[in-house]
Amino acid sequence: MLFANDHANTNADLVDGASFAHPQTRQPKLRGKTVTVHEQKDAQWVTRMAAIAQAQDRKAFAEIFRHFAPRVKAFLMKSGADESLAEECMQDVMATLWRKAHMYDPSRASVGTWIFTIARNRKIDLLRRYARPEPEDLPWGPESEPDQADVIALQQDTTRLAEAIGNLPEKQRDLIHRAYFGDLTHAEIAAETGLPLGTIKSRIRLALERLRHSMS
Amino acid sequence: MTHIQHHAHDDILMGYATGTLPQAFDLVVASHVSLSDDARARLESLEAIGGAVLEDIDMVDLAEDSLSQTLAKIGGEAPIEAPQWKVGVFPSPLQQVVGGDEEAVRWRNVGRGVKQCILHSDEDGTVRLLSIPAGRSMPAHSHNGTEMTLVLKGAFRDEDGVFARGDIEVADANVDHTPVAEPGEDCICLVATDARLKFRGLLPRIAQPFLGI
Repeated sequence: MLFANDHANTNADLVDGASFAHPQTRQPKLRGKTVTVHEQKDAQWVTRMAAIAQAQDRKAFAEIFRHFAPRVKAFLMKSGADESLAEECMQDVMATLWRKAHMYDPSRASVGTWIFTIARNRKIDLLRRYARPEPEDLPWGPESEPDQADVIALQQDTTRLAEAIGNLPEKQRDLIHRAYFGDLTHAEIAAETGLPLGTIKSRIRLALERLRHSMS
Repeated sequence: MTHIQHHAHDDILMGYATGTLPQAFDLVVASHVSLSDDARARLESLEAIGGAVLEDIDMVDLAEDSLSQTLAKIGGEAPIEAPQWKVGVFPSPLQQVVGGDEEAVRWRNVGRGVKQCILHSDEDGTVRLLSIPAGRSMPAHSHNGTEMTLVLKGAFRDEDGVFARGDIEVADANVDHTPVAEPGEDCICLVATDARLKFRGLLPRIAQPFLGI
């Protein structure tokens, strides 16, 4: 499905997406043998985030730092920051991760995605010099014990998305990168690649709905 | 939650996810996403691409003492708490800009009972609150560029249907419409405009053709 009309019939889409289109995600616990390295890593990051939030675990933080800090710095440099500004800004991003760890919701975002949003917001602060308004935080989330099946399912969707991007022809992959570095001219438009965003969208939508019901 | 009929399209959410929208439109999108779970889910899935890009990126070297400097920054600092706000007519990003809810708005009469309050204006666009008396048509306004309207209270109707709280309408130069506030309640909208027609060109249109949502 393309962008147009994606917003119509949300509930019907959700039911389809959750129950029929991707039956393998209905039984995440039975997929133990086929869990990929990528998913295992995602699961480890989630565990470490919990260790930071609950026990101020510096070792867990150092492990997340070693993996993500060089990437965040690269992202900031690709987005136009010079080396020293990127270093300083990356340190702010990672410090924010520590201080906001309790707000991270693994049923709605991978750790990498969550870090991306912190880095993007910091980038806007610095390079555009304004504190961008952010959507209202959900007053009912995250749950203290998010549903494990939800978390695993989201990790699987994240993996599929990463694989889909990894499998794109170099030129299209580069375009996506540049879009997210905020460096894109509208003349550069490629053909459809069919990144598997529909599933992840339905997943997040269900997680939001579940949170809403659990709190009402 | 009210049932929202008119959602922001993905090219706009993509612009927000990548941080490339004009400032005036950022406020409208943040407010819309606050009111719409569907828009929030789509925004967060577009942000997931950002997470995948972060994993895919070529890493760079850190400063030698990078980790210890970061740990020093953390120091004994307390966790950041989610900002508190009073649930009201305005979602929290708008309350932050206005400095409160509906009653804090410093309205200015612009004629025929219509009131407005300009919240931000720069060379890329302007964002304002508009209040239109029930049953009255919107003031005449040009459609030289892109106009994004989010309904916060009441409703309006035009050729595209009825727009109520949480609904968003994006009109560009090709759209010729006459919105009229529905009877019963004054209609309050958050409206961003870009009179210079740059908006659509700057948007990352890349999303539309090749992200198969």
